[in-house]
Amino acid sequence: MDSALIPRGVKRCPFPQFILFIAIVGAVLLWGVYAMLLCWFKGLNQTNMNDYYGFALWIWADLAVIAVGGGAFFTGLLRYVFGKDDLKNIINYAVLIGFICYSSALLILAIDIGQPLRGWFIFWHANVHSMLTEVAFCLSCYFGVLTIEYIPLILENRQIDKVPFFHHLGHNMHEIMAVFAATGAFLSFFHQGSLGGVAGVLYGRPFAYREGLFIWPWTFFLFTWSAAACGPCFTILVTKITETVTRKKLVKDSAVELLAKISGWMILTYIIAKSVDTWYWATVTAPSQGFSLGFFYSNNSFYGIWILILEIAICGFVPAFILITKKGRKNSTALWIAVILAVTGVCLNRWVMVLQIMAVPVLTFENWVLYFPSWQEIATTILPVAYGIILIAISYRYLPVFPNEPELNPMETLPAEEAEQEEAVEPSGDLEQELKPAEA
Amino acid sequence: MFPFNFEWIWDMGHVVFMGGLWYALTILGIGMTYCIIKSVIDTCRGNDEHHH
Repeated sequence: MDSALIPRGVKRCPFPQFILFIAIVGAVLLWGVYAMLLCWFKGLNQTNMNDYYGFALWIWADLAVIAVGGGAFFTGLLRYVFGKDDLKNIINYAVLIGFICYSSALLILAIDIGQPLRGWFIFWHANVHSMLTEVAFCLSCYFGVLTIEYIPLILENRQIDKVPFFHHLGHNMHEIMAVFAATGAFLSFFHQGSLGGVAGVLYGRPFAYREGLFIWPWTFFLFTWSAAACGPCFTILVTKITETVTRKKLVKDSAVELLAKISGWMILTYIIAKSVDTWYWATVTAPSQGFSLGFFYSNNSFYGIWILILEIAICGFVPAFILITKKGRKNSTALWIAVILAVTGVCLNRWVMVLQIMAVPVLTFENWVLYFPSWQEIATTILPVAYGIILIAISYRYLPVFPNEPELNPMETLPAEEAEQEEAVEPSGDLEQELKPAEA
Repeated sequence: MFPFNFEWIWDMGHVVFMGGLWYALTILGIGMTYCIIKSVIDTCRGNDEHHH
């Protein structure tokens, strides 16, 4: 039915099966949309946020998707600015994943602000003393960059590419993509950093407060570093999941291994810096404010020292050591473990920097305050996941996301397809003649 | 926010924050304008030498 839209040389599932899949995931999406509308029409009383938890599950989800979406800017930087040509085979998917992550982040923020119709206030009535203003600026602009990077991929759809203007537009956008990629890296550096900076400047919260360089606390640099380090792991993880679901090899090993190697070294250097930062905070910064390390990890039912060990040792050093070794990168199981641990680690870091900060008592008469999100918060957090799956499914079906796919998965050519390929060389303009027989 | 808005103050914060925003938007705007104009010209000239 839709075979005229499917890229040449690749095989896709039958259209009814595709629609069924979209419908199932779409039901989850609608559940999230329902919860979102509840939050918009009835207000933030639909959540379990309170005076202790002004930042809650949404902000964790926001920071987490922005961190794992960092794979787009870092891969784009490596590909277009540093000229790592091997990454051309995975850059499309990195951009798509980044686009999903950043649009999800903006969607979550639109729900979180409670009054989305006033979202533009942050641009027009900007509070220039707030790091979150910088985050909003850079986040919005970088989403624009990702859209610009995603558009050429859409324009490469078989039917759209036939329109001369779109064909030229896609080509011309490719030509100057390095400018957009460099702008994206600049924007990402600042908004990733400012998200960390928000925690680091909270001098009233000793669990978060850090010293730093000029106006930037160390968390500013650690957040940017961790996003650049772990973002590519998320790209690899989603690629591996897609390969498992489609039962195809979609990206050459050389591209995955190069990205994994760079990511491994980034994670190793990041986690060393994180360890030094934690050690300095535990032995100098926190004690100077009258707190010992044990205080932040005791007298409550959830936050123990395990979370620190899990974040730094298990989800930090372990994936780093796997990814920097050739043997580790080439072993499929080890690679899976490494990327899962790295992604878990960065998400855990964002959880700690958003929610554990809120839980720790700061006044003598306070106790630990734990928080559990309402179903509306959970549904609206799952909403972007469903949206992401749908967008990936549609893009995978209709766009040449993986340039190596035809080469890695050669098809048996049917006579009708041969005729079609010949026709492609000399287009007749008759669309109906291009339609393949049913499965195609 | 622009300098002609009543909230505007000529200080470092406003210049750096808003300047950064306009700078980024200008690059994106000029880049896209260039691509669109060049594509229109290429289409009118019938250039079809692109392979990507």
